[in-house]
Amino acid sequence: MDYERSERTPAGRKLPTAIKLLVAGGFGVGKTTLVSAVSEIRPLRTEEFLTDRSVGVDDLEGVEEKNTTTVAMDFGRISFGEDYVLYLFGTPGQERFWFMWDELAAGALGAVILADTRRLADCFPSVDYFERRDTPFIVAVNCFEGARTYELDEVRLALGLKPEIPLLLCDARRRQSGKEVLITLVRHAMELNSRTPADA
Amino acid sequence: MSHYDDLRPEPRGSGHDEWLDEHAGPVVRPYVMTRGRTEPVRGDFSLISLVVAGRTATGTEPGLDPEHRTIVRLCQDPQSVAEIAAYLDLPAGTIRVLLGDLLDKGYVSVQNPQPETDFRDRRMYEAVLNGLRAL
Ligand SMILES: Nc1nc2c(ncn2[C@@H]2O[C@H](COP(=O)(O)OP(=O)(O)OP(=O)(O)O)[C@@H](O)[C@H]2O)c(=O)[nH]1
Ligand SMILES: [Mg+2]
Repeated sequence: MDYERSERTPAGRKLPTAIKLLVAGGFGVGKTTLVSAVSEIRPLRTEEFLTDRSVGVDDLEGVEEKNTTTVAMDFGRISFGEDYVLYLFGTPGQERFWFMWDELAAGALGAVILADTRRLADCFPSVDYFERRDTPFIVAVNCFEGARTYELDEVRLALGLKPEIPLLLCDARRRQSGKEVLITLVRHAMELNSRTPADA
Repeated sequence: MSHYDDLRPEPRGSGHDEWLDEHAGPVVRPYVMTRGRTEPVRGDFSLISLVVAGRTATGTEPGLDPEHRTIVRLCQDPQSVAEIAAYLDLPAGTIRVLLGDLLDKGYVSVQNPQPETDFRDRRMYEAVLNGLRAL
């Protein structure tokens, strides 16, 4: 599905509401694979400067010598008719890009944390991060072949996940599985957000 | 649409030798393109702010660089800042500066995403869930 390509877009035409979801997790856990499985476009890559928005570059002299670097993020898109468009961003895996998470998490409806049972500890930082930030998140265990299968309860215990955090198995390569993961996340976000502040 | 044939993101165009490693490397060209500016003259663009061109740039407008015109062409249909950055193969920070110029000159309009306070809107969840179920 796409925006109506045939129609001109006069200024002032109502644009869809953009919604952002994140896919987090350790290095090589299948973030790009998941984005790709559900996206209507091939995953695109965008980059942010490492310095200017986090540290602030005010001295523009000698820019040529400055070792300014960028960090890359993959993202995909799913549009729902005229009204909503969902953007799915894979967060940069390496921890040296931590600061980028704040920008990505700002205004995000929620996050999927992908876990690999062979390297469960890799997703601890993501769990900590979204817990601290109060971003709705779920954990999806990506089932790689050859990985010992764990009971979900064991995974929940190992990650120290509260009982209300949804935890499910997935295969990031399969669209139906990715779709189930996203539905689980959106439902969870809806539940959290429909509580009154007093309940929270 | 192909979801499985190639899981890698769009490849970079050639001529990007200044990127040393896939994840991070020195970037000089984007600063040159914005004449050293790091902040847009106008507007506050998030990665998912949607941009649409209000008019076309014919190629003779003073003060527009080729990248500005490319953006105006691309945004005949609404695009997010992230998509514009990906298609032009430029960092989002550079795109923000260029978009600020275009906004200032009246070539584009921008719709910022809803604030987090709107995340209580049930209709949004229902629309998104229905859309996902139909995938
Ligand atoms: N068997 C199996 N392989 C998978 C699955 N998901 C991903 N892979 C493979 O694992 C590798 C890494 O997947 P990516 O999607 O690139 O992982 P990533 O999290 O984006 O990696 P970084 O961005 O480098 O951190 C690829 O070769 C995928 O094909 C899965 O569910 N099962
Ligand atoms: Mg990746």
